[in-house]
Amino acid sequence: MIRILSTAGTEFRIALRNRWVAIALLLMAVFSLVLSLAGSAPTGGLGVDRLSVTVASLTSLSVYLIPLLALLMSFDAIAGETERGTLPLLLAYPIARWEILLGKLIAHLAILSLAVLLGHGLAAAVAISTDDTAIQGLPALARLSWSSVLLGATFLGAGYALSALSRRPSGAAGLAIGLWLGLVVLYDLALLTAIVADNGGWFTTTGFPIALLANPADAFRLFNLTASGATAAAAGVGGAADAIPLWQSLSSVLLWPLAALALAAAAFRKVTP
Amino acid sequence: MTSTLTISTLTKRFGEVAALTGVSLTVAPGERVALLGHNGAGKSTLMKIILGLIPATSGEITICDAAPGSPAARRAVAYLPENAAFHPALTGLEQIRHYLALRGESPSLAMPLLEKVGLGQAARRRIGTYSKGMRQRVGLAQALIGHPRLLVLDEPTSGLDPISRREFYALLDDLAAQGASILLSSHALTEVEARTDRILILSKGRLVAEGSLPDLRRRADLPVTLHVTARNGYAPDIVRALPGAILVDGALHLTCAQGDKLETLGRIAGLGDKVADLEILPPSLEDLYSHFSQGAAR
Repeated sequence: MIRILSTAGTEFRIALRNRWVAIALLLMAVFSLVLSLAGSAPTGGLGVDRLSVTVASLTSLSVYLIPLLALLMSFDAIAGETERGTLPLLLAYPIARWEILLGKLIAHLAILSLAVLLGHGLAAAVAISTDDTAIQGLPALARLSWSSVLLGATFLGAGYALSALSRRPSGAAGLAIGLWLGLVVLYDLALLTAIVADNGGWFTTTGFPIALLANPADAFRLFNLTASGATAAAAGVGGAADAIPLWQSLSSVLLWPLAALALAAAAFRKVTP
Repeated sequence: MTSTLTISTLTKRFGEVAALTGVSLTVAPGERVALLGHNGAGKSTLMKIILGLIPATSGEITICDAAPGSPAARRAVAYLPENAAFHPALTGLEQIRHYLALRGESPSLAMPLLEKVGLGQAARRRIGTYSKGMRQRVGLAQALIGHPRLLVLDEPTSGLDPISRREFYALLDDLAAQGASILLSSHALTEVEARTDRILILSKGRLVAEGSLPDLRRRADLPVTLHVTARNGYAPDIVRALPGAILVDGALHLTCAQGDKLETLGRIAGLGDKVADLEILPPSLEDLYSHFSQGAAR
């Protein structure tokens, strides 16, 4: 336990010195503020409180930003140690590889949680200060917060796995950006294209929901939109949220972090210093 | 208590390339053993196998009755890699505190350790600002953590100035006196000569020689060199008396086999007042090293 906590403390310190903490906090704060200020304009007509509308916009933001931040923090985790030449000495110490990974995860997850709390706290403060009924949106915001942290854990695990597989930080960075583009941007485009081509056939009714649940970013969006009943405010792939039961998207949100971390541990075990 | 480290018929192949072939050795508690060899002779590979970082192809290794890489073995072994590297954003103090925690020791021991290796002043500066010698000292400090039963040191004195090297070997002597075994590799043969109990010479993945320095000298049977300085004008007399002597820079250089050493000395002593000075140069470790390495190559 001491070994894991010491690793976490050391990693947090390194992230602090490398400005990753500042970058994550600043990005989340700025984007959340912009969304909560801009998102407060059209509230009255929809009949929902300001914070619930902001949560819908924050969900879309988190789908892009949380995976990006997580991958940026994690791609160097193992490849960087290999390149600096610090890995052989570390592995000669009486610490198991999963303990090293867990220590790094705790540090990176703490940074992501801080950024999420700061961003969401600011958004809530803006919404509540201008609209008394916005307090009704707090449960949805809390749900968004913890599911954001789980989404972060998934992409941290994926980042560690890529870092262990590529052995070079530059290669790991390329793979991480590729994964982000693939899962967060291109995946949805491909699904929409498939639906259009399919024209109401098997893919639209059966394949599409499975494809959404299989992607951690899409499952995260579905879960938050379904749970807050904010599908009306969502566009694009999010509009499919009605068709998929909540327990399914929740399962995907909960299982993906475990799967990604297991993948990372398996990839790290294969690294020979 | 038997040996700290036992290796028997260890072989390591990387695909078709044999990095180590049939290496067997033991290191006893408190023994200081130097591992010598060319670049690529297999020194670092042998060390990584001992640490459990890479698996052996065949052969057996036990470290304090445990398998290499097992938690028990990792607790017993300290390692100093060649060109020790650390995260540049951490200070020396933070890095050593972390390593102490990993070994289950109190982080408050970090400062005394850094002072021991002469880094007390720089402890709170980032390692990114350190020179190579200072990083090497951080490496030494971490290798001293706890009470390792075996220290595996890969080129430990590279980057250190002569005075630091002497201090470093003094630290090793203390550890060995407390029963720690030391296996180190080095290119600086002269320092190994004075500071180790036993020498292993590795060539192309095979152990070609093993023993104390006098042992190896006797086995190599390399000629001894004698430098005789003649009193003014007597040089030609001495050359006549000692066949094979040649005049170099005013001194007479003579070589003879180990077995003929005393007889030759007797003849020089017999020249009496004609000899001003006499120096005997035994074969150096460099000579022994190239003798044994080339012997293996043939």
